[in-house]
Amino acid sequence: MQIVLFTIFGLLAVAAALNMLLQRHPINSALSLVVVMMSLAVLYWSLGAEFLAAAQVIVYAGAIMVLFIFVVMLLNAGEETRTRGSRIAAIAGFPGGAAIFCLLTFVFLKYRTQLGTTQISGMLAGTDSNLTRIAHSLFTTLLLPFEVTSILILIAILGAVVLARKEL
Amino acid sequence: MSHLSAFQIFLLLTIVKIAVVLVITLTAVAYTVLLERKVLGRMQNRWGPSRVGPFGLLQPLADGIKLFLKEDLMPFAVERPLFVAAPVIALTCALISISMVPFGQETIYQGVDLFQIANINVGLLVILGITSIGVYGIALSGWSSNNKYSLFGSLRSTAQVISYELALGLSLVGVVLRAGSLSLRDIVNSQSAHGLISWNVFGGLQIVGFFIYLMAAYAETNRSPFDLPEAESELVAGYHTEYSSMKFAMFFMAEYANMITVACVATLLFFGGAGSPFGHTFDHLFATGLIHAVLPVVWFVAKVFAFLLLYIWVRATLPRFRYDQLMGFGWKFLLPVAMVNILATALVLAYRH
Repeated sequence: MQIVLFTIFGLLAVAAALNMLLQRHPINSALSLVVVMMSLAVLYWSLGAEFLAAAQVIVYAGAIMVLFIFVVMLLNAGEETRTRGSRIAAIAGFPGGAAIFCLLTFVFLKYRTQLGTTQISGMLAGTDSNLTRIAHSLFTTLLLPFEVTSILILIAILGAVVLARKEL
Repeated sequence: MSHLSAFQIFLLLTIVKIAVVLVITLTAVAYTVLLERKVLGRMQNRWGPSRVGPFGLLQPLADGIKLFLKEDLMPFAVERPLFVAAPVIALTCALISISMVPFGQETIYQGVDLFQIANINVGLLVILGITSIGVYGIALSGWSSNNKYSLFGSLRSTAQVISYELALGLSLVGVVLRAGSLSLRDIVNSQSAHGLISWNVFGGLQIVGFFIYLMAAYAETNRSPFDLPEAESELVAGYHTEYSSMKFAMFFMAEYANMITVACVATLLFFGGAGSPFGHTFDHLFATGLIHAVLPVVWFVAKVFAFLLLYIWVRATLPRFRYDQLMGFGWKFLLPVAMVNILATALVLAYRH
């Protein structure tokens, strides 16, 4: 079951990501990104992280991408023009991407034993929830980073309000 | 059924459940339209539809035939794939979220719960997520129609839904805090102890949360008095101006399916779901048998029906908001009150521990 889900939605994510790059209209690109987000949510779910999956759908696919599309609609952005692109990107792009891929694969394979495995059968049936565990670690061991992040976001909101005001 | 494996039984029963729920939901959608037209008619001192069948009861059938047989216009300047996809997205999202709803008491048959399609431990979040995906249907329909009125309708709707989603989500936190779970089944069970007085809206003291939820839900479903996306006096018909035939019907069905979903969620979270208002007082009268399984469903349907009537009543009573009033109301009133509600609930729960 898990391998079937992984195959379907992994391929869907890759296909949608490619489509996002190849589409010429911004709204089509944005919609492809939504498909990528949703496929990632399914992958998280199949790994037993159901809260992360739901948060991914609500926050990224449901809020942030809607704002993207909102802006694209509001500005009525036209089709993008094709350029040759920068020469550095053309030269360094594929070797760089291949190098990062190799590095990540090497690290994952080397430290595979220390990453651990999950048992998903109990989690998907609703008997065990990782929600309480996330909440527990957020409010005990990770309390300081959590609060600092929230203050950072608050500052960002205030900054956006100040910048968006017409008269300063 | 001994020759079937456990997985095959599960698959078979799930497919049957999905089919039954889908048929019932779609019929309910059709008859909610009729209910709305009849009740609105009575409230405005007229009859409403009364010609087709006894008391106009076959009117949904006539409407369906009319919408099927109408010409499916495809305007010249639309973005074709998105124009076709938008109503499908809207209707699909509206119908998916009904699958999390527990319609009755937990009745396990061959390891499968008969009255709920999917019991997910983050069911409430899934419903919220699917609701937020439903915005794409409206946003894309307006944009792909290549029509000013449609675009304005969908812009209004998108902004409105994003704004009220926050208040909607925050109004539910109090209930989640009390139940200690995001599973809809657990939330219902947490209110089943003493019937009426242990429901969240009364005994749980979540009445503030309930009213925030109610108002935010009206805005989420683009219903009166928040129906600015389809304000016919300003925007012709809003985001579905360019749609005809079945594509229009899909938007129409999505709106009413959303109404039913929202009413189901309100019932589950604030009114004890399928629990009886008398608690377990009369349980000994029908402890076993068919009536024991069916009676909770009757309670559930009655509560949902009451919410649908409330929807229609509000539509017949209140005028439409102005757009800046709508935004101000959502951000400056509902959101702070929802936060205060969370704080108060959390403090009371911490004090009790």
